[in-house]
Amino acid sequence: MIVELGHFSLVLALAVALVQMALPAWGARRGDRQLMAVAEPAALVQLSLVLFAFLALMHAYITSDFSVETVWANSHTAKPLIYKISGVWGNHEGSMLLWVLILALFGAAVALFGTNLPASLRATVLAVQAGIAVAFLLFIVLTSNPFVRIPPQPQGRGLNPILQDPALAFHPPFLYAGYVGLSIAFSFAVAALIEGRIDAAWARWVRPWTLAAWMCLTLGIAMGSWWAYYELGWGGWWFWDPVENASFMPWLAATALLHSALVMEKREALKVWTILLAILAFSLSLMGTFLVRSGVLTSVHAFAVDPKRGIFILTILVVLIGGALALYAWRAPQLQPGGLFAPISREGALVLNNVLLTTGCATVLVGTLYPLLLESITGAKISVGPPYFNLTFGLLMLPLLAAMPFGPYLGWKRGDLAAAAQRLFAAAIAALLAVVTTFAIMWRGPWLAPFGIALAVWIIVGAASEWATRVQLLTGQAGRVWHRARGLPRSAHGTMLAHLGIGLTLLGIVATSAWQSERVVAMRPGESTEIAGYVLTFRGVAPAQGPNYQEQVGLFAVTSSGSPVTELSPSKRLYDAPRQATTEAAIHAAIAGDLYVVLGDELKDGGWVVRLYFNPLVRLIWIGAVVMALGGGLSLSDRRLRVGAPRRARRAIPSSLFTE
Amino acid sequence: MTRKQRRAAFILLTVSVLALAVFLVAIALRDTIVFFLTPREVVERAIPPGKRIRLGGLVAEGSLKRGTGMQVEFAITDKTKTITVSYIGILPDLFREGQGVVAEGKLDAAGHFLADVVLAKHDENYMPPEVAKALKAQGVWKDAGKGKRDVQP
Repeated sequence: MIVELGHFSLVLALAVALVQMALPAWGARRGDRQLMAVAEPAALVQLSLVLFAFLALMHAYITSDFSVETVWANSHTAKPLIYKISGVWGNHEGSMLLWVLILALFGAAVALFGTNLPASLRATVLAVQAGIAVAFLLFIVLTSNPFVRIPPQPQGRGLNPILQDPALAFHPPFLYAGYVGLSIAFSFAVAALIEGRIDAAWARWVRPWTLAAWMCLTLGIAMGSWWAYYELGWGGWWFWDPVENASFMPWLAATALLHSALVMEKREALKVWTILLAILAFSLSLMGTFLVRSGVLTSVHAFAVDPKRGIFILTILVVLIGGALALYAWRAPQLQPGGLFAPISREGALVLNNVLLTTGCATVLVGTLYPLLLESITGAKISVGPPYFNLTFGLLMLPLLAAMPFGPYLGWKRGDLAAAAQRLFAAAIAALLAVVTTFAIMWRGPWLAPFGIALAVWIIVGAASEWATRVQLLTGQAGRVWHRARGLPRSAHGTMLAHLGIGLTLLGIVATSAWQSERVVAMRPGESTEIAGYVLTFRGVAPAQGPNYQEQVGLFAVTSSGSPVTELSPSKRLYDAPRQATTEAAIHAAIAGDLYVVLGDELKDGGWVVRLYFNPLVRLIWIGAVVMALGGGLSLSDRRLRVGAPRRARRAIPSSLFTE
Repeated sequence: MTRKQRRAAFILLTVSVLALAVFLVAIALRDTIVFFLTPREVVERAIPPGKRIRLGGLVAEGSLKRGTGMQVEFAITDKTKTITVSYIGILPDLFREGQGVVAEGKLDAAGHFLADVVLAKHDENYMPPEVAKALKAQGVWKDAGKGKRDVQP
């Protein structure tokens, strides 16, 4: 019964979304306030209906109602509760429902917090938002209904065991919040084009939403990477897999959008470009959804290979993106051009950021789509792997990273590069020291790596020193420092943290790529082996029983220079439903890096194949991402940026020091 | 600087970054991509030894031999041609005889394939899409796994 109500509620939500799409947009054109006012309640009702449908599906999962097809196909009574819940979005139908739920959440948030938006802009934004909802609700109802009933089954088939993992339970919601959060920027851009009016206030409304989406995307990608690192058992953290790229491209575009919206907000420049970027960022999110869900790419994420769905999503893609771009081509030339600025200025630096980020994003796009294109034209099947991306994307990011510390030091409109360079003296010295010390300690390994480390140190110290200058950490009196730090807008702390996070991530990437050690050895119980200063003694393998799997657990005693460090138990699991084997790596995390052990196959002579890795500083990759997201959060909590608070954003602090 | 000069500076920046990107993409696409081939295609196209390729097909029944230590040997077949493969390391969890597999590496002078990566995705009914497609094209593919489970790992 609840399932049918959920289904009914979903169809109702579609009807409400249709109303929300049509009436307010029409009202905004005719200046009819009553019609425009339909938007807010409609957005809230739509959210309640979609939420009810989602909860109904979750209820079916929790109670293991195997008369529902998706529950039967993806759940199992023996599965722990958290994976029954995460199973809701661990499949195609449920994940699309989650997508629409998050879309409705964002729409309702605009309705609730956007009370100080001009009425017609708000109505148009909500109408565009509803248009997206209509497309995806139609998609769910027509091709991917999660509420389809089947004759009741005694037992479900279970969730793919590699998806039964805490990091992966929350990876999709975060990623979707990021994807879908960019829809707000998209809706605002389309609304601005329809209205034919755009100003600094527009950017002030758009930026917090983009920032929130960017934070979620950052965390979602980091979680996915972290999961791949410990679950797939290859010791790698990023594979340039098309599906990873599908989430990485919107992230790059969102990062660019954040920075260009900044220019627009402060200087009213780059309007036309910012609008285009907002459209592109969400288009890349949609394309990601298409690539991942259509089965064009078959991988962990391609839940169902159903051409009907692919064509449907492709149609949505063409209509939404094509429509928005056509509107852009038609209306954008009519927008007023903005303020002037010199090439060497904060704006100029942000333009450089945008040019490099979008070009980098384009190279990732080419690498992701080229194999599909080539196969459909010539039939040749190729794989584009890490070497391609390192050469193209990697090289393009170098100038961006090198220039990054300069940005915050340059003044708006006209900057002084020499003065900025002078202030970065400390960072330059630190970078130089980093090269020398790295060469001294790690004289083995790729010769480029110490320069990579130096680049990371340059960014970290550069970001920190900009902040230190502003609070006069070294020159001011102790009491004043605290006062100044308090007086600094939170977005300034946010910028510092986000840039610092990039530096940390880069440090982790360089260190682990350059100096990872890997050994594959055959070991019999009692034998020892050595890696990166650790000595591992193999004690043997014992069977064990988990809640829904059996496993063989290896035991390794780890010592370092004679003293015991820890015991590691990597295992091989065989899940009951579906009957599938997985490898569980055991990881010992230390400051210098991760010791990573994987149990392989049993050999004829009673030995086992064991794969060992030492990944230096690998954790910094994810720590950096968390720091970036924290920076985003801090910026978001800035009074001037608070969602729905842009009116109060007049310059509260007169000092030129604070004109962030 | 006049408005015109400023604009020229930005256009120059954008054009040069784009030109660099196009150049890099062109080089990378020429040098770094790896072709996916079935054993028959390897034989027909006379792939030279040392060229890096992905070899895909089914693991031939009864071909898996474990050598000393982690040395393994097996054969990849598309039912018309078969190529022996040697690999040192841990085989994927779902490596089985008769299952689809993709090996990346190069041929030696004797036509024997030296793999440094072996992929078999995490599902018993999984067939790497490239393999399925190639086998279908050659008419040796039976839709055995279909209908049992459409959830790909």
